Amino acid sequence: MDLIWDGVTEALRLIFSGDSYVYEVTFTSLLVSGSATLIALVLGLSIASFLAFRAPPGRTLALSAFNAGMALPPVAVGLLVSIMLWRTGPLGQLHLLYSRTAIVIAQAVIATPVVAALSTAALQGLNPNLRLQVLALGASRWQAALLLFREARISLLAAAMAGFGAAISEVGATIMVGGNIKGSTRTLTSAIVLEVGQGDFETAIALSFILLGVILVLVTLFTVLQQRRPPA
Amino acid sequence: MSDPLLQLEDIVVERGRRRILEVPSLDVLPNEVLAVVGPNGAGKSTLLRVIGQLERPSRGKVLFGGLPISGNPLPFRRRMALVFQEPLLLDTSVEGNVRSGLSLRGVPANERQRRVEEWTARFGISRLRRRSARTLSGGEAQRTSLARAMVLEPEILLLDEPFTSLDAPTRESLIDDLDAVLTTKRVATVFVTHDRTEALRLGDRIAVLMGGNVRQLGTAAEVFSSPVDSEVASFVGVETILPGRIRQLSAGLASVAVGDNTIEAATELQSGADVLVCLRPEDVIVSALADALPMSARNHLRATVKRVRPSGPYVRLELDAGFTLVAHITKQSLEELALSPGSNAVASFKATAVHLIPHRPG
Repeated sequence: MDLIWDGVTEALRLIFSGDSYVYEVTFTSLLVSGSATLIALVLGLSIASFLAFRAPPGRTLALSAFNAGMALPPVAVGLLVSIMLWRTGPLGQLHLLYSRTAIVIAQAVIATPVVAALSTAALQGLNPNLRLQVLALGASRWQAALLLFREARISLLAAAMAGFGAAISEVGATIMVGGNIKGSTRTLTSAIVLEVGQGDFETAIALSFILLGVILVLVTLFTVLQQRRPPA
Repeated sequence: MSDPLLQLEDIVVERGRRRILEVPSLDVLPNEVLAVVGPNGAGKSTLLRVIGQLERPSRGKVLFGGLPISGNPLPFRRRMALVFQEPLLLDTSVEGNVRSGLSLRGVPANERQRRVEEWTARFGISRLRRRSARTLSGGEAQRTSLARAMVLEPEILLLDEPFTSLDAPTRESLIDDLDAVLTTKRVATVFVTHDRTEALRLGDRIAVLMGGNVRQLGTAAEVFSSPVDSEVASFVGVETILPGRIRQLSAGLASVAVGDNTIEAATELQSGADVLVCLRPEDVIVSALADALPMSARNHLRATVKRVRPSGPYVRLELDAGFTLVAHITKQSLEELALSPGSNAVASFKATAVHLIPHRPG
């Protein structure tokens, strides 16, 4: 218990003393996971709209793949992205390995199936005639999609939170493709792994509390947005 | 007759190998209410979706104002409005819902406000404008849905069984309001329903859709008193449909042999023709044996009461006159005539109340 309490105190000290290392890894975490979530949202919502509204042949198969993708092992994703980004790999010429962009790619690969699967379920839960009604009101395809997203916003924001959660809590792929380089690709999660490896449990616990705090603040903001009454 | 506002030409809708709809030709005239009646699964909603540019037919074309609709259907969709059976309101206020189509169509804010105020008042929902659509009753929600469609001032209004899910008093009052609106605005309307009474109430012309085909199109009087075949007859409420043959013809009055009986009917058909004799239950007058019989009625058949069944405001009698004959009488008449199963009575009806449909015996 003492160790945890010391960790909490250390976390508060690090935050309020303006420790540049902590702010830097927190910023990196937010930047890469925020970007990955945005990419996952764009891809996931596009996939979900296509699967839910167009009902293409093979939809069940595709949905099974995305549902399975929610349980995608991050280490396997990290390995796959690494192989793609290696100098001799298909995307090696981009020189992205061990960069923040590489982490964004890996986290987006992990978060996209989560967003896609949960968003498809959310859109399929809408009354199928609602889309026809919205189109009959004179909506273009884009207007119809936005209106339907708004109708399904509670479930879609839950999908966004799940996607963000999968991205920011991820560590295996982050280390594998990012290299855990201080000042560049070190995130809160990879920093915690490093501190534990070095036996500095106090700092590791402090960083864990900071990570939890960041997640709590962001998810609370999402939840407030989710539970807000719709504007008239 | 004015040029049609909307025309369907050779429309076919197929799903897989199943043909859902086949309409070689159907016009919607300016200012008319075209009621499309038919049983469930007849293809009514598909027809409406094809007209509303929400479903592409497998074949054929839709012409709006004489011009074929092709390419992007959005501009044409924006000239129409559609109300579904369910209100399908958005999760916002009543006002937000009524305004939604105007916003999507880019109507300026001042005009939007004016129209929302006008139409919420017309449908009696002004006091609900700030209420969340989720808290509305079924009737209030459907009023909102109708206001949301009418506020668009469409050139064609499409109604897909908008009263079906409402209780009887709510339905009556909403039909009254819609009737008043349609009478004032004279907007061309295609009104799909399985309810014959609603079709009679609102329709200027009636199309009977069965098995994906328009089986009959005409005024309410034509469709309801002269159905083209036995299925249409049965659907429009003709309960007595009997096979017979025209034995004799004299000055437009036919003697039709039905079993051992002879029925007189006004017709233009030829002698010797096999026919179906159609008779609406409200056209059959039932009297006690001792009563003086109505003089202008050409047909008087001795019958025995088989079944007595209350049916809403009247009583449905099944009579055995050598064949089964159905009659509707009031509860008062039932009591006065003291009829019960096994009673003897006389069933009378005019020759003009009998509708003969040419029919090849099976």
